[in-house]
Amino acid sequence: MEAVPLPFVRTVELTIDGQAVRVPEGTTLLHACQAMGIDTPTVCYSENLTPVNVCRVCVVEVEGSRVLVPSCSRPAEPGMVVHTDSDRVRHSRRLVLELLGSSVDLSTAEPKMLADMERYGAVPERFDTGEMTGHGAKATVQQPVKVDNNLYVRDYSKCVLCYKCVEACGTDAQNTFAIAVAGRGFNATIATEFETPLPDSACVYCGNCIGVCPTGALMFKTEHDMREAGTWNESAQKVTDTICPYCGVGCTLQLHVQDNSIVRVTSPHDHDVTEGHLCIKGRFGWQFVQNRP
Amino acid sequence: MLWGSNARETHPIFFHHLLKGKQAGARLFAIDPRRTSSVAWADVWLGLEVGSDVALANAIGREIIAAGLCNMAFVQRATSGFEAYKAAVEEYTLTRGEELTGVKAEVIRDLAHSYARADRAQICWTLGITEHHNAVDNVFSIINLSLLTGHVGRFGSGLVPLRGQNNVQGGGDMGAIPNKFVGGQDVEDPELRALFEREYGATIPDKRGWHLSQMFDGMEAGTLRAVYVLGENPMQSEADAKRTRRLLEGLEHLVVQDIFLTKTAEVADVVLPAAASWCESEGTVTSSERRVQRVRKALDPPGQAKDDIEILTALAHRLGTDWGAPTAHDVWEEVRRLSPWHGGMSYARLEALNGLQWPCPTDEHPGSPTLHTRLWSEPIEGPRASFQVVHHSPPVDQLSEEFPLRLTTGRRLDSYNTGVQTGGYTSPLRHGERIELSPEDAARLQVVNDEVVRVVSRRGAVTAPVKIDTGLRPGLTFMTLHFPDEVETNILTIDAVDPKSGTAEFKATAIRVEKLNVPEPVGAGGGVH
Repeated sequence: MEAVPLPFVRTVELTIDGQAVRVPEGTTLLHACQAMGIDTPTVCYSENLTPVNVCRVCVVEVEGSRVLVPSCSRPAEPGMVVHTDSDRVRHSRRLVLELLGSSVDLSTAEPKMLADMERYGAVPERFDTGEMTGHGAKATVQQPVKVDNNLYVRDYSKCVLCYKCVEACGTDAQNTFAIAVAGRGFNATIATEFETPLPDSACVYCGNCIGVCPTGALMFKTEHDMREAGTWNESAQKVTDTICPYCGVGCTLQLHVQDNSIVRVTSPHDHDVTEGHLCIKGRFGWQFVQNRP
Repeated sequence: MLWGSNARETHPIFFHHLLKGKQAGARLFAIDPRRTSSVAWADVWLGLEVGSDVALANAIGREIIAAGLCNMAFVQRATSGFEAYKAAVEEYTLTRGEELTGVKAEVIRDLAHSYARADRAQICWTLGITEHHNAVDNVFSIINLSLLTGHVGRFGSGLVPLRGQNNVQGGGDMGAIPNKFVGGQDVEDPELRALFEREYGATIPDKRGWHLSQMFDGMEAGTLRAVYVLGENPMQSEADAKRTRRLLEGLEHLVVQDIFLTKTAEVADVVLPAAASWCESEGTVTSSERRVQRVRKALDPPGQAKDDIEILTALAHRLGTDWGAPTAHDVWEEVRRLSPWHGGMSYARLEALNGLQWPCPTDEHPGSPTLHTRLWSEPIEGPRASFQVVHHSPPVDQLSEEFPLRLTTGRRLDSYNTGVQTGGYTSPLRHGERIELSPEDAARLQVVNDEVVRVVSRRGAVTAPVKIDTGLRPGLTFMTLHFPDEVETNILTIDAVDPKSGTAEFKATAIRVEKLNVPEPVGAGGGVH
């Protein structure tokens, strides 16, 4: 083995919450915070996607900046003085989480998102009184679950419009472009072309949209059916890492198993083979081991 | 270069990485007779005639030499046989290349110049290269190009055979190959054999065994009368299915060890129900990039199904040898003892590092993402890489007036091989087996989508619904092997095999399509497997 010199990396020094820190040039404030062990809430950010800055939950205060800045995409600059837990930051995070929660059903959201709401004292009901419409703000987005194929369902009454699914379906991973944001304002929804059912769309059922969805708006049909039947029990599930049985790429599959049956398949976001993404065979092609007599 | 590979559908996650490269400015040349969903992403498509790969590679090589774009420094320091190669490809001028491949001369020239001039370039291939009667020649012709340009053994440059199965690399690495022990060690090397004989306390035959096609020839000749099949479904996966059936049924004794009662298992004398190795047992698999990764048990196998290791040790016991009751980890430790490639791959390291790429001889070794770097060391380590003179050899199953259409086979995104596994789930993308025709051929035959036609080759005939595909040129047709219970495509295919690799020419069958005079087009065609 010949020694390979590491590339020269410039670093920048900044102050976060009163502590001086030195990070490689180009590091985002979010990653700088993570390196210091500061827990920063995020909704639309994912390590395997390009930041889109839509949720504004990860904002921090930078001295000299008129507005709060999204930490997920703002690179650290020399001499920056950053506050992650000021009144202004806490107030903003709380309000944003309340607004997100006020119009959607968060009953199946990631535990981290619910924990962050509690941490910042978010009370979404403040904005969901129903006074203006007579039937509650949630009604503006309430709609039936779309069940149009055997692999996964879409429940847009749980959608916080974080764009992650659009990114995973698009240039960040799958490059299929089956979905995008349609409409404006309260009418904005994630939709296929002309809102056709999935089987008539460009969808190739890789399920990478499900893999990044933070609220359960996109869900395996198996999980949806088990929840409907009241048999979904996450605490009784065991997750085992193995390798996909199909082609030679060697994608890591995390098999979520309940009662000796696979109920959901994910892939670790930090694995450099998959970056959390799979294809239809890896995501859904496991049924053959449990079509038992 | 993506050569004979529809990776968009067959290796989708690899294709994600490829698209990232394209987003970063890489150029993609796709070489495929069909305009596939992978080709749709290419900057340049070379839609060559089926089976003209050597001609194309030689024309590219000749153009690189003629244009003075050869990496002579690399050729002189790291290769041998250049002069013979240069003389052999002399006849493959761009004009001759165009005649043989159907690809325009200027497009071949563009590829030759782009490849030779690139800082880094890779050639990735799949079964479009290897499922031919001259598979090994096809591979040699591609390796020659990498030697001409020095696009091998460097980070970002190289030769990338995309493996079609999760452990086809590992199977070979573990010695499930007629001429190798574990770790690619030659069984005909007396010193290596002595090493393994000491480890196993047994005498090992001093000659290599047979590969799959030779085994079928042995069955034909009556010299092979008992066969033990593990996790394979040759009854449906082998070319020329009628011959395969006759030979398997004619065996004195057939044992099948599988997770399902496959068509092969149905004719077996003994069936040993096995656990699904990727989720019902422990072990490792090795991916296309030589990355060894752990598979783990997540489910209990059904009924009497047992782990492969348990079955094999029980069998050994009944044959009078006590192998004890080894775990997958025990077997892996044996691999590490015997294979220098794997010596440094403890389970703990494999788990901590998301797998390791061989060679990884010691516990401190970081693994080897790039192979053949020795060709660049100063002075070169080990033998020089030799050019191989290979020539164009058209498909064995020639087109004729009686069989005017070329049938080629492949996979679709949501299905896999003979459908034993993918048949287990319902895919919204699946429409059963169909014969894909070019719009021109469909018009000439006066057939429409979903109309059932008869497909005839020199070996047999099947019926299948039609799908018109604008990605096919006139004369080219396409089928998969995914739904053999509905349409047994391998009735049609030819078992002309490559003498070295034993792979059959699944990619080139001569057929004709006959319109059946069914009054109405038949519905959705085939249905779900």
